[in-house]
Amino acid sequence: MEVLALLADGFATSLTPLNIMIVILGVTAGLFIGAMPGLGSVNGVALVLPLTFIVPPTSAIILLAAIYYGAMYGGAVSSILLGIPGASTAVATTFDGRPMALQGKAGLALIAAAVASFVGGTISVILFTIFAAPLAELALKFGPAEEFALVLLAFTTFVGLGGDDTLKTIVMICLGLVLSTVGLDMISGQPRLIFGDIPGFYSGISFLVLAIGVYGVGEVLYTIETSRISPAVSTARLRMRDLIDGIRQMNRMWKTMSFGSVLGFFVGMLPAAGATPASLMSYGLARTFSKKPETFGKGNIEGVAAPETANNAASTGSLLPMLTLGIPGSPTTALLLGGMVMWGLMPGPMLFIEQQDFVWGLISSLYTANLAAVLINIALIPLFVWALRMPFSVLCAMVLVLCILGGYAPSQKLHDVWLIALFGVAGYMLRKADYPLAPLVLALVLGPLMEKSFRQALISAQGDVTFFISRPLSATFLALAAIFFALPLIKMLHRRIAKRPAPAE
Amino acid sequence: MLAADRLIALALMGLSLYFMWYAKALPIGWVAASGPGGGAFPFWLSAIMLAASSLILLRSFISHPHEGEKFFPDADAIPQIAGVVALLVATIAVIPFIGTYLALIAFLFIYLKFFGHHGWMLIGILTLATPVVVFFFFEVTLKILLPKGWTEPFFIPLYAMFF
Repeated sequence: MEVLALLADGFATSLTPLNIMIVILGVTAGLFIGAMPGLGSVNGVALVLPLTFIVPPTSAIILLAAIYYGAMYGGAVSSILLGIPGASTAVATTFDGRPMALQGKAGLALIAAAVASFVGGTISVILFTIFAAPLAELALKFGPAEEFALVLLAFTTFVGLGGDDTLKTIVMICLGLVLSTVGLDMISGQPRLIFGDIPGFYSGISFLVLAIGVYGVGEVLYTIETSRISPAVSTARLRMRDLIDGIRQMNRMWKTMSFGSVLGFFVGMLPAAGATPASLMSYGLARTFSKKPETFGKGNIEGVAAPETANNAASTGSLLPMLTLGIPGSPTTALLLGGMVMWGLMPGPMLFIEQQDFVWGLISSLYTANLAAVLINIALIPLFVWALRMPFSVLCAMVLVLCILGGYAPSQKLHDVWLIALFGVAGYMLRKADYPLAPLVLALVLGPLMEKSFRQALISAQGDVTFFISRPLSATFLALAAIFFALPLIKMLHRRIAKRPAPAE
Repeated sequence: MLAADRLIALALMGLSLYFMWYAKALPIGWVAASGPGGGAFPFWLSAIMLAASSLILLRSFISHPHEGEKFFPDADAIPQIAGVVALLVATIAVIPFIGTYLALIAFLFIYLKFFGHHGWMLIGILTLATPVVVFFFFEVTLKILLPKGWTEPFFIPLYAMFF
């Protein structure tokens, strides 16, 4: 019951007028960002992060978390009204959401998505509240060896479970890690990889610069290419009857929704998995267990509810390892982690001891953000229909202006703005060639921690490598990492064997 | 796509070699009793990157999963994307001279007129409102001074008014 007392204290932080206002502002901004085709939570957080200097650190993180939440809700809007997922996390929502809109039931689909998101968000926040403190307590036992093993494990999940080309994933992880070493060597203090003594590189490459480049400029270039033709916007008329009807229909889907929430929460915790696979899995399972699987894909309301509960639950799930272990579960949470470090809040188990007010304030703000998101989402449906008619070129121009200013503001160096343009173009080309970008961003954020823990562990063990396998926890993590790393190889061998013609009888 | 795939793999190989060359400035080997030296982390990671990108290149010659495809799937989008990139680069390049505000106005005007083909009304509102919002948000609220270049003297009366 200690948790409830802590949570109550947290509400004292999150229910101050400033923080309530911030949650409402963040959720509304997030909803619109999420609703724009192409822009998702990661783009929203990357673009808004440099602007958060305006409020104190706790409120800044609450604002970013609210944007994250809002964007997860908003993703469904363009999936349903345009048939284009607002972000990759809302892909599964198009399967049944778009047919519903074409049948004139767009309003009902939007309500179903909002209610399902609310259920998914709430169940996962409760799970989060239960698991956070014990996990942080366990993580307190971690030394540098465990930290290193855990970061390595996070990267190997991309290789084993990421689903992208294995070699390309490895290249992106290494590139991110190498870019993170630019600047001063943290142990000897000497400059390294400063590209012929360019002074701007002495302070290293900020995660924000890479994120704004890849998710701001890169995303705009990608959007220009993929959406030159403006798609037709379905109109959603919303009557009170739809609202009541929607809630009544949702009431029959408790099994699908609670299952999707729990599934989403746990899949979301894995660094490589996250909201997109969670929502696809939830959709698949809902269809498998449905009494009428043939109606899926033709406008079944359950096909909207299942992925929406899972992707919202996954976004909460990915916050858990970020906050308790300091290992983000998704690119968006990697940016949140970077933002917290920028504000002097070091995520990890110590945060739960040293910054209790902040931690529980943030957790309780997830409850308020969820409630705010579902209410604002339903209330603003007519506004979304209007906003989606905005021409892409206006949106692209505004995002590019934000990239330039957001890149300049934190460091006040034009050097960073140049890097953003460079990373944007490079990121766009890499994306076109099927290189996954999430491991790149995660590696840049986690790189310093990985190198520091590796070298600290070795210094404390006087250069003895067996130190990593002599401690039970780090040995377990390393063994898991080895398995994940070997997975693609095993799969390949398996395919080879299966391909071999069966011996004649 | 095949050609692009190979070019990108080659570029990544070059980048890894470049990183390896520069990482050598610090010790890349094992320092007795304290583990790897300062250059080891970037050096060996770049080595892995070199190996992986070489394998990607090699693979493109052995199997041809993308054969017969265009260089880039949407080759007809390239002029427009190149145009936007050029405009962005030009905007950043002129900021130290004509200042952020004039650069942003020029950027918005050119983008909305020539890439968006919008009407004068919309262009006028956006190009005039954006700098005002930017000024109040960044300079007045956040106290972050944006580069002004030659336009600095024109801002002195504004500074006097708001600071």
